[in-house]
Amino acid sequence: MTPIHEPLSEEAAARLVQVAALSRSSLAIRGGGTRGLNAAPDGADILSTRGLTGIVAYNPAEMTMTARAGTPLEVVEAALTENRQMLAFEPCDLRGALGSSGIPTIGGVFATNASGPRRFVAGAARDSLLGVRFVNGKGEVVKAGGRVMKNVTGLDLAKVLAGSHGSLALMTEVTFRVLPVPETAVTIVVSNLNDAEAVAAMATAMSMSVEVSGAAHLPESVRGRFAGGVLPDGAATVLRLEGLAASVAVRAEKLAATMASFGPVARLDADLTARLWREVRDAAPYADGTPRPLWRVSVAPTAGHQLVAALRLETGVDAYYDWQGGLVWLRMEADPEAALLRRYVKAIGGGHATLLRARPEVMAATETFEPQADAVAALSARVKASFDPAGLYVSPLIDRKQGA
Amino acid sequence: MDQIGFLEPRPAVIARRREIVADLLDLLPPGCLVHEPRELVPFETDAFVSYRRLPLAVALPETTAQVAAVLKYCNRYGVPVVPRGAGTSLSGGAIPQEDAVVIGLSKMSRILEVDYANRTATVQAGVTNLNISDAVSADGYFYAPDPSSQLACTIGGNIGMNSGGAHCLKYGVTTNNLLGAKLVLIDGTIVDLGGKGLDAGGLDLLGLVCGGEGQLGIVTEATVRLIAKPEGARPVLFGFDTSEEAGACVADVIGAGIIPVAIEFMDKPAIEICEAFAHAGYPMDVEALLIVEVEGSEAEMDAMLASIIEIAGRHGVKVVKESQSATEAALIWKGRKSAFGATGRIADYICMDGTVPLGQLPHVLRGTAEIVAKYGLRVANVFHAGDGNMHPLILFNANDPEDAARAEAAGNDILRLCVDAGGCLTGEHGVGIEKRDLMRHQYAEVDLDQQMAVRAAFDAQWLLNPSKVFPLEGRPAA
Ligand SMILES: Cc1cc2nc3c(=O)[nH]c(=O)nc-3n(C[C@H](O)[C@H](O)[C@H](O)COP(=O)(O)OP(=O)(O)OC[C@H]3O[C@@H](n4cnc5c(N)ncnc54)[C@H](O)[C@@H]3O)c2cc1C
Repeated sequence: MTPIHEPLSEEAAARLVQVAALSRSSLAIRGGGTRGLNAAPDGADILSTRGLTGIVAYNPAEMTMTARAGTPLEVVEAALTENRQMLAFEPCDLRGALGSSGIPTIGGVFATNASGPRRFVAGAARDSLLGVRFVNGKGEVVKAGGRVMKNVTGLDLAKVLAGSHGSLALMTEVTFRVLPVPETAVTIVVSNLNDAEAVAAMATAMSMSVEVSGAAHLPESVRGRFAGGVLPDGAATVLRLEGLAASVAVRAEKLAATMASFGPVARLDADLTARLWREVRDAAPYADGTPRPLWRVSVAPTAGHQLVAALRLETGVDAYYDWQGGLVWLRMEADPEAALLRRYVKAIGGGHATLLRARPEVMAATETFEPQADAVAALSARVKASFDPAGLYVSPLIDRKQGA
Repeated sequence: MDQIGFLEPRPAVIARRREIVADLLDLLPPGCLVHEPRELVPFETDAFVSYRRLPLAVALPETTAQVAAVLKYCNRYGVPVVPRGAGTSLSGGAIPQEDAVVIGLSKMSRILEVDYANRTATVQAGVTNLNISDAVSADGYFYAPDPSSQLACTIGGNIGMNSGGAHCLKYGVTTNNLLGAKLVLIDGTIVDLGGKGLDAGGLDLLGLVCGGEGQLGIVTEATVRLIAKPEGARPVLFGFDTSEEAGACVADVIGAGIIPVAIEFMDKPAIEICEAFAHAGYPMDVEALLIVEVEGSEAEMDAMLASIIEIAGRHGVKVVKESQSATEAALIWKGRKSAFGATGRIADYICMDGTVPLGQLPHVLRGTAEIVAKYGLRVANVFHAGDGNMHPLILFNANDPEDAARAEAAGNDILRLCVDAGGCLTGEHGVGIEKRDLMRHQYAEVDLDQQMAVRAAFDAQWLLNPSKVFPLEGRPAA
């Protein structure tokens, strides 16, 4: 059994890390353990944030919250909902797709930079993160950033900690920006477009002054698995508008009129809209109870469908697209085909592919994260060493195979 | 009051000056190295004009490869390097020093690619901020971060400082609009960070470089996001009898969940200065003015304005004035954006840049007035109120050293007040040399040590812009 440490305070966490540093042991940081990714590698103890919970400060009028890293996401969201506020970046809940349990934590959300469909208008998790307290690999408690929106005082360490997947430091407390929940939302559905047509339609929608806050394309193979099957027949290209009711109505008219030249147009009301975009966010069609390899691929918006078309010629894949086509949720039929996929990602202009799910032995044999160019990997390794000189924190982001 | 110090010039570098110049002349095409003392004068300072230092030489490369060659050379011989865009830094970020080679990006000012389908522009670092918006405007797009200096400042400098502007309340600052960069490291290695995708793999190094104040490497190209222009935009003027009322109104508007594109604040002295300069039609019989810009369709603007007017009413708003035409709207913004320049015509000034939590605005405005009065000086406040980013302009006479020292001391007191109110020293202008020695007021030693360790991961010898950001004493030995 892997030892699990669950410090109950930041101080205790720091002491624990100091001791680990002395004994040269390794630590794998775990939040809610929902990712299944961070099964601790050989010889590492698990350092869990589960004992570090609680909202430390929430000031709705200033639209900021401070919470300890292990605070369950649902606790954060419940407090926000009470004040009609939200995490604008829509963190995904991949438990269904990954077949994992566990309780997502707010620290885990920032450590993975989990960001959903509203990425275009609200940024990623990293854009909402204002300040962090963390324990570095020397066991020092450090603070970075603050609690105000605009802050360029010194290096922006919060940015590099967001999305660091436990490779740099143990985040103990995060301060982040929240936003008001839009008064209403509507989805415009354009039916029957192939992938290339859909990408053109979405680019047109995003070029209009209507502030699309979600643009996804759901090919025929997955369409029925969204919104309880109510989407019209054929592939569905979906566009979300949010805001004040009066304004959404006007914008929806305008968008629907333009989209009619691409294909038949339908609308979803606010409730169905909420459900649909949650499912888009969470890779719902791939919550299929199978271990078939699941990838999350980020490329330029116009390149996503080219990537999938190229792969289709060589292997069995199923895919749908968020972020105007730039975020591809990709399920392989059998093998993860990491080498093939990564070769094509390079060929279509670059990006990155993360393997989220596969049989354990396949996971173990595959690079989870996109390998970096040598110079970037070397620089990343130096940045890691600046937080964690002894390499105490193990994480698949930079510890495994690459950067060495 | 002590002058802000610089690192002592490295004697070994000064002694080799002639050789270094000769070597750099070899590395660069003709016309790309400035080294005659007289010609170096334009590079001796930036917009923080109280401090001046002549550099050893100024390299003006035309390509990334040339930037890499110069950096590699400087790294090999231990020559400090100061990256420079347009030199509009207000914190002394681009001020050189006697043993430093300035690398200016002014010759790298081309827009390389505009990609509307992906809504990105890829540009060289020396392109001015406004050039990007101008290049895509006719097609219905803009680049969102809009520092008031946008006519002159470069995208490389914007990345260096993570610059903001009036419209950042809605669209975010530079870091939120930057997708990729070509970065040359101190040893001449060229790395590509990010790209056209909305997020990048690996550690977010781009997030560190943005706001790195030229200490992590030199950016030679950037890929930025373009945004479709709103259907319409309308600035509206709200006049109040007191600054406190205006400040409280801002906090309530945001607190009510209304986020306009911009909320700018001016107090009476700032109104007078800007009106005299721009004839923008600002009301003159109020103590404080808010410029609130809403955008979208007519229906959306009307709905949002109605809510804001209602809230302003609760705070005793005296004047509400909507712009009636595009010309009027442009004048309103011209007045605001020329505030610093217009102030510079009537007095010398230093511009503070602390950010405070919105609820603290009235308290900090009051405190600022008290501090400035205590030093017997005058202040004009004009700033980005929606995100709590304050810009008190402290007016003084630069020809009177005592007056200048008093202004600096007052500025430092104001920044301490911002930090103590839960804010920070700088919201968008950067630390530079100006706020360097106040860093310990905001950060503990261990916090600064961690930042310096990250900095050293990029530049182990501390050659890049070495006198900036981190207090000179207590640095790790290079
Ligand atoms: C009148 C006036 C109004 C202003 N208004 C605003 C405002 O509204 N908002 C705001 O945020 N700022 C404002 N500023 C400050 C200033 O314009 C910004 O900081 C701007 O981004 C600096 O750009 P620059 O090209 O002049 O850079 P410089 O001043 O030349 O350099 C700024 C910093 O970036 C570094 N740097 C420059 N180029 C590069 C590069 N290619 N790679 C790496 N590092 C680099 C430099 O070393 C320096 O540390 C204003 C300044 C003035 C004079």
